[in-house]
Amino acid sequence: MTETSQKQMAFIDGSRLIIEASVRAGAGVYIGYPITPANLLYSYANQRFPAMLAAPDEITALQWMSGYASLGILPVTATAFPGYSLMIESINMAMMMELPMVIILAQRLGPATGTATAGAQGDIAVVHGTVSGGYPLPTFCISNLDDCWELTEKAVKTAISLRTPVVLLSSKEMIMTQMSYDLSKLSEISPAVWKHFDGVSDFKPYETDESLIPDFLPLSQNKHQVRFTASTHNKEGILQNTTPEALANSSRLKAKIEKHAESFLYYDFDHQQGADTVVMSFDITAQAAREAVQRLRSEGRKVSLLIAKTLFPIPEKYHEILDTFSKVVIAEENLGGQYRHLLFGSQIPSHIKGVNAIGRMIQPEEIMKEVKSNG
Amino acid sequence: MDNRFLTDNRDLPFCKGCGHTGIATCTERALQKLGFDPLDVIFVTDIGCHGIIDKSLRSHTVHGLHGRSVALAGGIAAGLGQRSDKKVIVFIGDGGATIGMQHLLVAAHHNFPMTVVIHNNMLYGMTGGQPSEFTPTGFNTPAIQRSAAGAIDMVKLMEAAGATYVSRLTGIGDFTDALAEAFAHPGFSVVEVMEICTSYGVKSNPGMKLKQVVEAAGLHPYKNIRPSNTSDHAFEAYSGYQNSLITDKLKVEKEFEPVIKGTVRILLSGSASEGVQSAAEFLARTAMMSGLFSTKKGHYPVTVGVGFSVAEVIISDQPIFYTGSTHPDFMVITSKDGLDYAMPRIKNAIDSVVILDSTLEAPETKARIVTADLRAMAGSRNVAMMSIFWLIHNYGILSEESLHTAYGRNKLSAKVPISTFTDKL
Ligand code: SF4
Repeated sequence: MTETSQKQMAFIDGSRLIIEASVRAGAGVYIGYPITPANLLYSYANQRFPAMLAAPDEITALQWMSGYASLGILPVTATAFPGYSLMIESINMAMMMELPMVIILAQRLGPATGTATAGAQGDIAVVHGTVSGGYPLPTFCISNLDDCWELTEKAVKTAISLRTPVVLLSSKEMIMTQMSYDLSKLSEISPAVWKHFDGVSDFKPYETDESLIPDFLPLSQNKHQVRFTASTHNKEGILQNTTPEALANSSRLKAKIEKHAESFLYYDFDHQQGADTVVMSFDITAQAAREAVQRLRSEGRKVSLLIAKTLFPIPEKYHEILDTFSKVVIAEENLGGQYRHLLFGSQIPSHIKGVNAIGRMIQPEEIMKEVKSNG
Repeated sequence: MDNRFLTDNRDLPFCKGCGHTGIATCTERALQKLGFDPLDVIFVTDIGCHGIIDKSLRSHTVHGLHGRSVALAGGIAAGLGQRSDKKVIVFIGDGGATIGMQHLLVAAHHNFPMTVVIHNNMLYGMTGGQPSEFTPTGFNTPAIQRSAAGAIDMVKLMEAAGATYVSRLTGIGDFTDALAEAFAHPGFSVVEVMEICTSYGVKSNPGMKLKQVVEAAGLHPYKNIRPSNTSDHAFEAYSGYQNSLITDKLKVEKEFEPVIKGTVRILLSGSASEGVQSAAEFLARTAMMSGLFSTKKGHYPVTVGVGFSVAEVIISDQPIFYTGSTHPDFMVITSKDGLDYAMPRIKNAIDSVVILDSTLEAPETKARIVTADLRAMAGSRNVAMMSIFWLIHNYGILSEESLHTAYGRNKLSAKVPISTFTDKL
C-alpha cells in the first residue's frame, strides 16, 4: 500500500479534536457557558461528554467543576477572556484545593468585550498572572491540529497527575478554522488514572511524599475524612493562620509544579545547522512562523524555528535554546509582545525582535521581513 | 457506628451567645436522628464566622470562596446524582447569600439534592459588622447606621426559584426537628435561621431582642413544602450521546485528479443568509476530492444573521500552514456588505481577480475586475454557491466533474437542482 492510500483525509476543525481527545483522556464532565469563539467546543461537548451541564455564569462553571473534581471526575470548560476573568478567583481556589481541571481559553480580541469574532493572543500575561502569589499554572498552547489532539491529552493527564488546574490556550482561528487533516495521524489515547490513597490508617489530605503530590480521595467515599480548603491550611486541610506548616504547604504548591515541569515540557525545535536567527511563536501564529521559515529556507536563508507548546511555567529550555542565537524573532498577535516580555523582562535586549499585530493574523511575510532586516 | 459529627472537645469557634453555636449543635442532633454516618455527610462552608466550623466537624468538609459555597456544593450534589445516599449541607451567612444570591436561585432551580442553611444574623460579622442585603430597616450595624432598603425576603425568593422546601425560623432553643425535616427532603431545601451576632448586632442595637427585630421586619417564621420532582433533574438531563466525534463520515476520499499546481486562495465576500460559509466549505471539500489540501475560515459580525459574511478558502497541492490570505487570487464579491468588507483588500490588490456581482459599483483598483450576474442567475439565497460554479467553470481551479459529483452529495442538491447553477453558465 502506498502512503497516500493509508491516509484518511477529513475536513475538520480543531474544536472537534480537542473535545474528542479530552473525553478519551478521561475527562468526565463538561461545564459550559456560551461565549464566542468557544461555542464549537460547547456544542461538540454536548454530543460527546458523559455529562454536560449548562452553567448560568463562569463563576458557577468553575465552582461546579470544582465540585465534580472533588468526586474524582475530571471537568473541562472553555471560555474567552470575559469569562476567564470571572473564573480567576475560583481557579485560585481549585489550585489551593489541588483539584484537577482543564480550562480551555479561546482568545479573542480585547480589551473588555473587544471583538468577539476576531482572534488574538492577548491573554498571555493574564494567564501568567492568574494565581495570587505568583504560583505557576501549567499552561499549554495549541499550534496546529496535531496539538489539538496531543496537547489536549497532555493537559488532561497533567491536571490529574499533578492535581492542578491546567489552562489549554488557543484562539479563534486555531479552533474554528476548518482544515484538511489526516485522521490516521491520531494516536491512541488511554484514560488517565487518578492516584488514590490506599493506606488503611490516617489520611491527611495534604500530606505528600517526595513527589509533593498528595494522594487523592473523593468526597464520595466514607473510609476517611477528606477536607478541601482554599484558605491557607495545614496537612489535615484545616484553615490556619501563617503557621510554619501551613506556609510550607502553600510553598509546596509552587514546588510541586516546578519539580514536575520536565514531565509536561512540550515544544518543537526545528534547528537548522549554521542558522544564527531563530523564529519563535505559538498558537495560530506558529502556522505563519512555520510557513515563513519554510519560505526563507527555500530562498537559501538559514533560520531555525521554536514553537512553544508549554507556555507556563516558562521552561528554562527556551532560554537555553534562544541563548544560542544572535537574533531572536518572536511573533505573537498582541501589542508589544507579551510572551517576549515575560521571557526577557521590561528591558528587552536589542537582538530580541518582535513581530506583533492586533485584529488580524500575523502574516508569514511580516516574519520573513523581520528575519531579513539588519536592525 | 460512631455518630458524633462534632469533635470531642465540642470546641466551637464562636463568640459567647453567637447564634451559630445553636445551628451547629442542632445540625448534629438532626443528622443523628436521621441516622447518617458522619462520613456520608459533606459540609460545604462559606466565608464568615460560621465557616470556621470546619475544624470542629468530623464529616467531610469543603471550604472555598466567599459566596460560592452553594455553587461548589451544587457541583458536588450534581456529581453525586439524585439517588445518592450522601448528604450535602451548605453553611452560609447572609453576607455569602448576598454576594452569591444567584447561586442559591440556581441551586433551587436545578433542584440539586442538598440543604442550604443560611446563618442570617443580618450583618457581616467577620469583617466588623457591615450591612448585607438581609439587614432589616431599623436594625443598626456598626459600619452604617440603618439599612434604608430593608431586608430581602430570601425564602420567598427561593420559592419563586423553585425550591420545594423553604423555611425560616428564629434560631432560639432547639430546632433540631426543623433541620432534620429539611435534611430529609428529597432534592433541594433551604432553611434561613434568624440569629444575632452578639459582638456587633447586640452592641449596635442595645436592648433589642431577636424576636422583636424579626417581628418588626416581617421576617416571621415560615415554611412551605411542595412535592419535589427528583426524577426530572435538569442537571442530569444534558447527558451526552457519547458517540465518537471522529467517524468515517468525516472522510473525504480522493476520486479525481487535481487540475491546479501550487496554491489558490479564494475570498468569498457577501452577506449573511446567502450561503457564503456553506459554499466555502463545499468548495474546500470538493478540492479534497481531487487530493488537494484545503482550509476554510469565516468572518462575520457577532450577529450571524445580518451584515457581512466572509470566508477564505485555500486549496493547494502542498500542506497549508498559514490559513489567512492577505492577497487572494480570487475575490468573489456577491453583495454590497461583502464589497464594503473587502474594499481595503480590493484597493491594495494587484494580482487578484475581483469577480464582482454586476449590481455592484466597481471600485478603484489595479486588480482585474470581472463582472458577472451572480445574484440574477441563482437568486440571493444561492448566490454564494452560484459563484463557486461560476468560478470553477470560468477559471478551472477544479474539474467540473468533481464539482458536479460533490454537489450531488451536498444536502442543498435535494432542494436546489444542479441545473439552477449549470444552466446559466
Ligand atoms: S463576631 Fe458575631 S457572628 Fe462572628 S462569632 Fe462572634 S457573634 Fe458570631
